[in-house]
Amino acid sequence: MNRPLLLKLLSAAIVFGAWEIAGRIPVSYALPTFFEAMAALFRMAFDGSLWTAYAETLKPLAIGVLISAVLGITIGLWVGLSKWFDWLFSPIFIVMQAAPLAALIPLLVMMYGIGLTSKVFVVCIMAMPVIVLNTAGAVRNTPTSLTEMGRSFQASWWEVILKIVIPAASPVIFSGLRLGVSAGFIGAILSELKITPTGVGDIITYSRSIADYASMYAAIFSIIVLAVIFLNLLEKLEFYLFEGNARGYASD
Amino acid sequence: MAMPQTETVHETATTAAPDIAVSARNVSKNYGPVEALKDLSLEFPRGQLTSLLGPSGCGKTTLLKIIAGLLEPSGGDIQVDGKAVTGPGPDRAFVFQDFALLPWASVIRNVAFGLELRGINKSEREDIASRYIKDVGLAGFEHSFPHELSGGMRQRVGLARALSVDADVLLMDEPFSAVDEQTRRKFQEDLLALVANENKTFIFVTHSIEEAVYVSDQIAILLPRPSRVSDIIRPTGLREKDSTSIRRDPEYLDIVDEIWASLRSYVE
Repeated sequence: MNRPLLLKLLSAAIVFGAWEIAGRIPVSYALPTFFEAMAALFRMAFDGSLWTAYAETLKPLAIGVLISAVLGITIGLWVGLSKWFDWLFSPIFIVMQAAPLAALIPLLVMMYGIGLTSKVFVVCIMAMPVIVLNTAGAVRNTPTSLTEMGRSFQASWWEVILKIVIPAASPVIFSGLRLGVSAGFIGAILSELKITPTGVGDIITYSRSIADYASMYAAIFSIIVLAVIFLNLLEKLEFYLFEGNARGYASD
Repeated sequence: MAMPQTETVHETATTAAPDIAVSARNVSKNYGPVEALKDLSLEFPRGQLTSLLGPSGCGKTTLLKIIAGLLEPSGGDIQVDGKAVTGPGPDRAFVFQDFALLPWASVIRNVAFGLELRGINKSEREDIASRYIKDVGLAGFEHSFPHELSGGMRQRVGLARALSVDADVLLMDEPFSAVDEQTRRKFQEDLLALVANENKTFIFVTHSIEEAVYVSDQIAILLPRPSRVSDIIRPTGLREKDSTSIRRDPEYLDIVDEIWASLRSYVE
């Protein structure tokens, strides 16, 4: 077994151990032990309630993240490439990023009801600004000499974008995607807590109301695990698409 | 102006009118109210190396980028082989001061990048690229990445990329200014061999007087505000000399001194 993996396991053991001890003291009556939470997680996994909940939660999450990624990167590219688009779009996303989302939710519910649309909106509002702004910033900072190099060897406008601008911007675009996706997870859960309790948000709300704290923590735990797995997959995708990014860049 | 002795040698040297590969005719470039270049005319003989030398801010890089087609002149035009330049073309290749290598691409992909953009298929362009990688002395580094190379090796990659598209005119923008002194000297010697062996026209921007005199067939001295060609110097006896003895030659030393005398008042 290699060392990084060993250290990762050790760090997990420390966190879960601390949780177990805090649960046994107990720090609060609302805090189950780690093993109680895991037992609740397995129970929900086996009786199927966890999977039905995720089928519900993943709908706005997947749709919202997909829209945010595709639209966010496209708009980000345009904003980064053209001053005109920058003036037009940047303020919208800066305001979106700064706005307290919880305050906007009642407004969204009034406009789009309590269904899927509102929830997708919440995910997008959370995820899109950071994707757009990161992409735009990265594109804007493409080294001029690289684009001049492309042009001097007669690259077309498209070739400059595809072979120089996007690969050069890809590390920052992907870090924007990672931030955007984690914000999207927050948005998905927030919408289920604030709009209508469905899916994982429903497990959390319902278990709390009947004081089944083990199930509540199990649901929270599972969503964190899912987010971590997803971010790791995203990293794999980055290295698959832009294998150079794993190698580190020249400093100058 | 100064330099009577080089002027006289110049007259005798150019009895056979040289073939002109590139000419700049009345080129002007304005950035808003700032005049970077004003009514500048200059001719670049085929198969020779012409340096553009001058204090910083004299517009030498601007002129080079206009010749490359990367910048549009505000007035006047550039002709390459009698055809007016409207943009970058296959007849010119550029070597960048900061190398401009793709950090995510291997040496061979970087060298072949110009050919890739011209739509040449992969096996053919990698054949050509590996030949030029060998020529510039980087055999064995085909699959290394730019960050694994020293500054000098990176510029060799930039040079191989420019050579591999086989353009008639090589435009070099202070190509050796970002490498260390010893590497620079080696580069200058290699450049002399390159000019002698390849039938290409070299246009070379530099701010080093010694470098310009060492490598050039013709030195155009540009003075700023507004930029103009103040003098053209053609060293005559240096090409026949061995590359290691040029720096001891009296003509070399005289020209270096004269250029410095004419430039010193423009240096803050």
